[in-house]
Amino acid sequence: MNTVVCMKQVPDTETLIKINPEGTGIVTEGIKWVMCPYDEYAVEEALQQKEKFKAGKVTIVSMGPDRGIEAIRTGLAMGADTAVHINDAAFYEKADPYATAAALAAAIKDLEYDAIFCGKQAIDDDSGQVPAILGELLGLPVVTLVVKLEVSEDKSKAVATREVEGGHAVVEVSLPAIFSAQKGLNEPRYASLPGIMKAKKKPVDVKTVSDLGVSVEPMTVIKEMSLPPARQAGKILEGEDAVEKAKALTKALHEEAKLI
Amino acid sequence: MPGILIYAEVQKGEIKKGAFEITSKAKQLAGDVGGEVAACIIGKDVEGLASELAKYGADKIFVVDGPEFENYVPEAYVQAFAQVASQFNPSIILTSASAQGKDFTPALAARLKVGSISDCVDLSVSGGKLVAKRPMYAGKAYAMVEAVKEPQIASVRPNSFAIEETAGAGAVEKVSVSLDTSKIKMEVKSLELAASEEPDQTEAEIIVSGGRGMKGPENFKILEDLAHAFGPTATTGASRAAVDAGWRDHSYQVGQTGKTVSPNLYVACGISGAIQHLAGMGTSKVIVAINKDPEAPIFTKADYGVVDDLFKVVPPLTEEVKKIKG
Repeated sequence: MNTVVCMKQVPDTETLIKINPEGTGIVTEGIKWVMCPYDEYAVEEALQQKEKFKAGKVTIVSMGPDRGIEAIRTGLAMGADTAVHINDAAFYEKADPYATAAALAAAIKDLEYDAIFCGKQAIDDDSGQVPAILGELLGLPVVTLVVKLEVSEDKSKAVATREVEGGHAVVEVSLPAIFSAQKGLNEPRYASLPGIMKAKKKPVDVKTVSDLGVSVEPMTVIKEMSLPPARQAGKILEGEDAVEKAKALTKALHEEAKLI
Repeated sequence: MPGILIYAEVQKGEIKKGAFEITSKAKQLAGDVGGEVAACIIGKDVEGLASELAKYGADKIFVVDGPEFENYVPEAYVQAFAQVASQFNPSIILTSASAQGKDFTPALAARLKVGSISDCVDLSVSGGKLVAKRPMYAGKAYAMVEAVKEPQIASVRPNSFAIEETAGAGAVEKVSVSLDTSKIKMEVKSLELAASEEPDQTEAEIIVSGGRGMKGPENFKILEDLAHAFGPTATTGASRAAVDAGWRDHSYQVGQTGKTVSPNLYVACGISGAIQHLAGMGTSKVIVAINKDPEAPIFTKADYGVVDDLFKVVPPLTEEVKKIKG
């Protein structure tokens, strides 16, 4: 089974975010960059499908600056076969979800694939829009928040379990299709040492705007960024024992906060 | 053409609360952008629900009703809504950033060849343009975002706006849409919905959440009891530590790799307060922390703190809440 995985390099979840003095973006110095955790599920699923069918190729497609190669190598070390790195400041510096999806679509359209896997959202901008837009641009059905996937023997369709509010929905979809991975889909593997060595020799195709033959204007523009208002530590409720503290808390929630 | 069109999501035969929240907000914004507020509901046997939206300011309610809309399938819903949108021709479209809304909205925007702004927590109009405030990095930062083309589309995080009763004209119009079924490549085979009536964490008004300090899956019962005492708008949540330990399903996880929530009250029990967790619940209106470690970072964000063993605090707390609730 041939698959494409859309992957993004993002700040590690431990990162303390700071805003640049112009208020236009975050301070990128000193950040530890990692593969987006949801994309790890996407890579893992692609690898498992390839292993199940004992054939096929996994191609990682990622957009970002030079440093993005580290996350791409991580994916190759996990077992992906090849990668496309869209590395062009014209794209990634002002890319909104639409521009990102358009660049990815341009890079993907000539690849061979039965399925495209994405993380459910990148944990930097948290938009969660790329899979749906990609589906529209490539004319493919999109199943989001997938926690279980079964591909038919002839690779013509798949049955996916997806998270919905209050439970799960089981959907059948024709292939090729796009799947966005939710936590729970699988347990992503770690890159092995031989995997890391092999990854260094795997091909990474670097593409620019002119290579892709697209010029993409963003559909949304960030005007200003800010930090959330700082929360102050509040009141510690005192009492002789736990029961008294519980009473004091209830009183505060009832009389001060008026929440009960 | 000015005007605001909202997508009113129906679940289990009822219009979701989030739809009333965005209708109320749309009514306010309509004062700045001009035009009418219209709503669109899609489903099977939903026509009878339409008039409810008038209470919160909808001047027009478009109803797409038919057996082919019994279950949410993005392609079918996008086709239907896009036809309503081309008929009403709004300058702004608002949806709720529910699980379905997050699936539906970017697909709709792409179909209309415009952008959308997801999971917004505030909306305003400046110079006739919609400006949306949205969290990024799970709430560690905020961005003010503008959509370049009309219709400007935004999905709104549940609980961001109050529901306000302001009557709209409420003219109900049944729309018959023509579906291109050749494009529908997905079919819902089954739905497995939990029997519980608990709201989703993203929509709950009160969340009682447990972390590593819960010590095991069996102990979450005391949090369920407390949530139950708070009433039907309350539910339970969990930290990543509790989910990764296998004590709670991932659908309960609050934080950067789980759900980002903003309830009126968040009660953190035995949660130390890792940065990823604080990001996911930092917009809660009131935060309560119950933890025996006085140095736990959660106390720096909590409005009310109780430094004690949660197993000794939570059961009497439940009893006290029950007394008030009567």
